[in-house]
Amino acid sequence: MDAEIKKNITDPLVDNNPITWQILGICSALAVTTSMNTAMLMSIALTAVVASSNLSISLVRNHVPGSIRIIVQMIIIASLVIIVDQLLKAFAFDTAKKLSVFVGLIITNCIVMGRAEAYAMSHPPKLSFYDGLGNGLGYSVVLLVVAFIRELFGAGSLFGVKILPLVSEGGWYQSNGMLLLPPSAFFIIGLLIWAVRSWKPAQVETPTYKIHEEVNPQLV
Amino acid sequence: MLRKLLNRLEPSFLPGGKYEKFYVLFEMVDTLLYSPAENTPHAPHARDAMDLKRVMGYVWLATFPAIFMACYNTGFQANTAMAAMGLESAEGWRGALLGGFDYDPNSFMDNFVHGLLYFLPVYLTTFIVGGVAEVVFAMVRGHEVNEGFFVTSILFSLTLPPTIPLWMVGMGILFGVILGKEVFGGTGKNFLNPALTGRAFLFFAYPAFMSGDAVWVAADGYSGATALSAVAQGGVEGILANNFTWFDAFLGSVPGSLGETSTLAILIGGLVLMYTRIASWRIVSGVMIGMVGTSLLLNLIGSDTNPMFGMPWYWHLVTGGFAFGMIFMATDPVTAAHTNTGRWIFGILIGLMVVLIRVVNPAFPEGMMLAILFANIFSPLIDYFVIQSNVKRRQKRRQALAAR
Repeated sequence: MDAEIKKNITDPLVDNNPITWQILGICSALAVTTSMNTAMLMSIALTAVVASSNLSISLVRNHVPGSIRIIVQMIIIASLVIIVDQLLKAFAFDTAKKLSVFVGLIITNCIVMGRAEAYAMSHPPKLSFYDGLGNGLGYSVVLLVVAFIRELFGAGSLFGVKILPLVSEGGWYQSNGMLLLPPSAFFIIGLLIWAVRSWKPAQVETPTYKIHEEVNPQLV
Repeated sequence: MLRKLLNRLEPSFLPGGKYEKFYVLFEMVDTLLYSPAENTPHAPHARDAMDLKRVMGYVWLATFPAIFMACYNTGFQANTAMAAMGLESAEGWRGALLGGFDYDPNSFMDNFVHGLLYFLPVYLTTFIVGGVAEVVFAMVRGHEVNEGFFVTSILFSLTLPPTIPLWMVGMGILFGVILGKEVFGGTGKNFLNPALTGRAFLFFAYPAFMSGDAVWVAADGYSGATALSAVAQGGVEGILANNFTWFDAFLGSVPGSLGETSTLAILIGGLVLMYTRIASWRIVSGVMIGMVGTSLLLNLIGSDTNPMFGMPWYWHLVTGGFAFGMIFMATDPVTAAHTNTGRWIFGILIGLMVVLIRVVNPAFPEGMMLAILFANIFSPLIDYFVIQSNVKRRQKRRQALAAR
């Protein structure tokens, strides 16, 4: 049992990471990673929602008729997201404002629905909770790495604290404006996936194409 | 003698030899000097004696007029600006190297040498940084280094403004070579033009060094509008007010990126490329048709608030990077459309987009780079539809024959 809990938490960190392996939740990873603050808050919000939605859905899984299960899952997730949204507005108003619609959009985040459908519907509550926690943490790791690169090299700061003094403020670091634009997150996530797959070749997918074999003209 | 030397060295680079890992380097030098013994005689590469290496070599040679004008004009702009500001000599290492020269904007040599000192560092940085990236990938991935990089490096450096810091040049070409080409498997497998990908990266990452009024003339503290930004402010009268005539812009003595100012020099290279059938005349004509058509249409529509609407097509031709992009970037054989009908559509799409971006979008005065990258993304789709329509036409013909 304990081994399985451990596996549920550690597996999604790298081996079965929701972003780099399952390629889910990319949209919010592009939008909220311009600074560490927003990325951190988003990570906490999403981890809380996945863990508790997995727990609640697992609790009611034997009482939900199969034909309406998606609606039930959505209602549970939506309620949890509203709670998280209200909490953020109460305790971290400024950062929550920067996250704007993306907290509300956790409802449609593929990771939440995906874990509910793929795991919580068929596993007991305790295991489901840890599975949600692990996946939330896996998402958070990627988000924080991306936000670290983008904020440090794009704005020269971390958590709003100046690390690299900018040229425009009399320092030496010329900030890279590209990193503050959404496409840069695509590049960084792409490079991250490349790095992870070079580290763990088991993740490399088989190509969907086949290169025509070279024919030796002298034999034809 | 050279051949003998290469033959003697070859065994130590073959598998099992001392320098097995560096075979790509040996291969690179060997095939640059001599035609490779093995060629690809079957589809889709069977053509004629012209192989990829010679194609790329020709493109490289065709940029020479543009390079020549790049050096001259950069120096001319800098010397004119320095004369206007009353400066006696350039600062730093350039000043030291130029000890024996005057800074007379009327002297050809003075201009050329001064410009060369701006062009050479940019080009060398591009070549060394990009070349190392290319060779490292070639060694790890086991493919060959080819002359495609000669072309990428020269085109990339010619599209940059003369005042760009060298470390940015390095970052740009790294981005272009790695993310624009190597991650997709190297030359021939990229879907975006690597030189333009690198430039686009710099354009969005460091807009203050890639656009605006201060970067085009290589003299400290001097700011001069390019023809395009002058039009954006005051229409064609705006350009003339800046003392540029159409002929200046055609010959290339206006501020701008290193190699893009002289339409004449670019067209000379372009004619060579089209005559040798390396650049597709269909693409070039398509770009022209798209550009002329769209600008005539916009002239007709007109606008009270945006003077760019009134810009005639012959000004579009000579300003900004239009000619350079049309001849050297749009005709890139890898990233352009591959079917003949597709090439027309591809070219027209570029011509249409470049005028639209220049005129309608207020954020970017120049649109050639973005237009070509946009069309690059669409070229596989264009080819797909062209091929499908051909398949359908043949099927219909066969059915008609069978019914008879």
